[in-house]
Amino acid sequence: MVKLRVNGEERSYDGDPAMPLLWYLRDELALTGTKFGCGVAACGACTVHLNGDAVRACATAMGDVEGQAVVTIEGLSKDGMHPVQKAWRSINVPQCGYCQAGQIMQAAALLQQTPNPTDEDIDGGMQGNLCRCGTYQRIRAAIKAAARGAA
Amino acid sequence: MTDIRIEAPSRRLLLQGAAAGGLLLALRLPRAQAVEAAPEAKYGADAMPHGVVNDPHVFVSIAPDGIVTIFCHRAEMGQGVRTGMPMIVADELDADWAKVRVKQAPADEPRFGNQDTDGSRSTRHFLQPMRECGAAARQMLETAAAQRWKVAPGEVAARNHQVVHQASGRTLGYGELAADAAKLPVPNLTSLKLKDPASFRYIGKGELEIVDGFDISTGRAVYGQDTTLPGMLFAVVARPPVFGATLASVDDSAARKVPGVLKVMRIEGTPPPAKFQPLGGVAVIARNTWAAMQGRDALKLTWNEGPHASYDSEAYRATLTETARRPARRLRDEGDAGDGLAKAAKRVTAEYYAPHLAHAPMEPPAATARIRDGVCEVWTSAQSPYSVRGEVAERLKLPIEKVTVNIELLGGGFGRKSKCDYAIEAAVLSQAMDGQPVKVVWTREDDVQHDYFHTVQVDHLEGGLDKEGKATAFLHRSVFPSIGSIFAPDPKHGLTFEVGMGLYDTPFAIPNLRIENGEAEAHARIGWFRSVLNVPHVFAVQSFAAELAHEAGRDPKDYLLELIGPPRDLKLPQGTEPTQYWNYNEDPRKYPVDTGRLRRVVELAAEKAAWGRKLPSRHGLGIAAHRSFVTYVAMVVEAAVDEKGVLSVPRVDVAVDCGFHVNPERIRSQIEGACVMGMGLATKSAITFKGGKVQQSNFTDYEISRIDDAPREVRVHIVPAGIEVPPGGVGEPGLPPFAPALCNAIFAATGKRIRELPIGSQLAT
Repeated sequence: MVKLRVNGEERSYDGDPAMPLLWYLRDELALTGTKFGCGVAACGACTVHLNGDAVRACATAMGDVEGQAVVTIEGLSKDGMHPVQKAWRSINVPQCGYCQAGQIMQAAALLQQTPNPTDEDIDGGMQGNLCRCGTYQRIRAAIKAAARGAA
Repeated sequence: MTDIRIEAPSRRLLLQGAAAGGLLLALRLPRAQAVEAAPEAKYGADAMPHGVVNDPHVFVSIAPDGIVTIFCHRAEMGQGVRTGMPMIVADELDADWAKVRVKQAPADEPRFGNQDTDGSRSTRHFLQPMRECGAAARQMLETAAAQRWKVAPGEVAARNHQVVHQASGRTLGYGELAADAAKLPVPNLTSLKLKDPASFRYIGKGELEIVDGFDISTGRAVYGQDTTLPGMLFAVVARPPVFGATLASVDDSAARKVPGVLKVMRIEGTPPPAKFQPLGGVAVIARNTWAAMQGRDALKLTWNEGPHASYDSEAYRATLTETARRPARRLRDEGDAGDGLAKAAKRVTAEYYAPHLAHAPMEPPAATARIRDGVCEVWTSAQSPYSVRGEVAERLKLPIEKVTVNIELLGGGFGRKSKCDYAIEAAVLSQAMDGQPVKVVWTREDDVQHDYFHTVQVDHLEGGLDKEGKATAFLHRSVFPSIGSIFAPDPKHGLTFEVGMGLYDTPFAIPNLRIENGEAEAHARIGWFRSVLNVPHVFAVQSFAAELAHEAGRDPKDYLLELIGPPRDLKLPQGTEPTQYWNYNEDPRKYPVDTGRLRRVVELAAEKAAWGRKLPSRHGLGIAAHRSFVTYVAMVVEAAVDEKGVLSVPRVDVAVDCGFHVNPERIRSQIEGACVMGMGLATKSAITFKGGKVQQSNFTDYEISRIDDAPREVRVHIVPAGIEVPPGGVGEPGLPPFAPALCNAIFAATGKRIRELPIGSQLAT
């Protein structure tokens, strides 16, 4: 039995400990904001916060999250008004939007650690998050806007 | 234009189907164009299945509280159609955008008109009908208000979600008028007053947040992978490792023992040409996706690999190259290219190669199906909703009325999600589970290895220059397996639309010009990928243009303009034969191939990029231009190649002439994204085959552009255009010029000419 907190709620899980957190969130809790993109930690679409750090839910086994706190895109803010979410909207970052939950979770963690990131910081922090639509220019602008509190 | 048809079934559907509590505006407007064009060839929207519908009764409902709900009948995959189409209706309706809700239409072309969201067509086919739809609704609200006040209709006007009586200052909100308005006849097209474009509030402004922005940024947005139904099961499928392979044996004993696995079953494949029917294989159905994947891993399968088991894309490249060096089917022949080349003062030959590609949308394909009371209901992300309905019906042997398809957001499409094999799989599996809902999840490996791949291609070009360096002869021979191979026995030659993408339609003013297409066999499942054949053809032609400029000792931009020649309508015979030009199925009078517009984007891109500007060492500028999807795009790429051969792109300037623009903000985003995708496919992406099997499996080895290697800044310059300039496509035309502009820039920076994509390690020192 694995006990964990997801978006502030106590949860318990009694299945295969090798199952990635991703499928627990999506298939068991119906928290589908965390996306499936690659399954091998190569695209970042499934990025969530584990005790505040950005991790790939597809490569995080349920057996390893005992007692830990998971925050997904649904729990990033109560009202969608996290500075990163606001910046994403004011700059119209998304195209298809599928990768954007992961991008936002990654960017929020980046800003937590590096409140005023340089372009190099953004490259380093975000290079694991793929966007096939090619919204990188706006992601960069939105991160800077969120850092400035401009959104 | 007095024929107002009342379509009772559609009305009943609407009353049940639109926003709860909504009161509905009525009737179908007769289409003037359809009547006028009847005796002639059909073009544009009129040539598409089910054409267009402009009926406010179908698209608009207004609730008593004034909330306006507008159906979007086209699929959203990032191009912004769920913002753009409703925006057009809302503008003509003079609605307050804050009170507009957008609802996704189910698959129902007889009701909504064509829904095939492909070919960059939505705005060019639906700008006018959506304007008519919004304007008709507005006029009905105005008439209702005038009647209520007992004043002449001319005394009232709609203004920002209410109707105003100018003389008295009285107002009535749209919600208060909707019930009366719904009872009025719909104004026919001749009495319809469209807005003066000068008074547009949303169209052309590009100031709105995309309608799904909040849901996307909070994780609420639902894609095909996200469908969640009570009692839903999850499935993955082991598909044939080689195109056309069939199952020889199945040992599922271990798979069945995986906890959570409920059923293992075969899905019958359809021998090629299979159109959109599934590849077949063995499905594992389980209580969650993970268990299904574990079950699939435990399958022991053997396959009869069939005729394509020896497909080796490296060896095949040699075959294509050999074909490309021999005379082939002539498509276009002006002057005498052979003689012109023979007599040229300088003869230039170059060959270009572009590999197979996988679409790799961030959302791998997925679909959920449930069968209840003889009705199969599907939830999926699909570009062609009505084709999903038809194909599922065909497979389950149900009448089409017994299949319903709900369209979720598409996590990227790029042409992959025009092909609905995954939805058919879901339907087949639900049927096998007595109708229980089953979601079929494609993993990334499934997506990369079982795509409808972009073709593989060799282009052979020859140019002849006179003593002054002027081009006097031009030969372009293109060889590639055809998309036609999924629809019919492999045609081996390109279809009209394939050769009409950057091959046949070369806009060069060269007196001796020949276009040829050689034979090639398909050994993989081939499909259309964003911009389709334009990508490899334009890579070849626009690279070659710069090569000729170099040989002539001329500036590449000036030389490109000289090749394009004077402003004129390129007189290509339009038609459906490969020796004719398809012109994206548009009316050549409305959408001529206008070299003046092509010249203008070249000049604008060059001007905005400050062509010729002083650059740091190992930096260079490259230019390329092309008309595709009836839109003109030119771009100047700045490339930097460091001492180690590491490439970066600090800046791209793109000039776009897409005619009248509805949402310039989404035009810019599409072009920005096209440059990023272009960077990935130019530098990194390739699908290769060995032993008939795809050698890549995931983003680890099928690489796409990342934030740290994407162009740092894309500046989009949109050519202003009035409503009289018909809109062109936007989703696709940004992609083709990128690779050649980049490779031309690399040449300017380093002197190294790239003729093979992806660039990979070719720049390494």
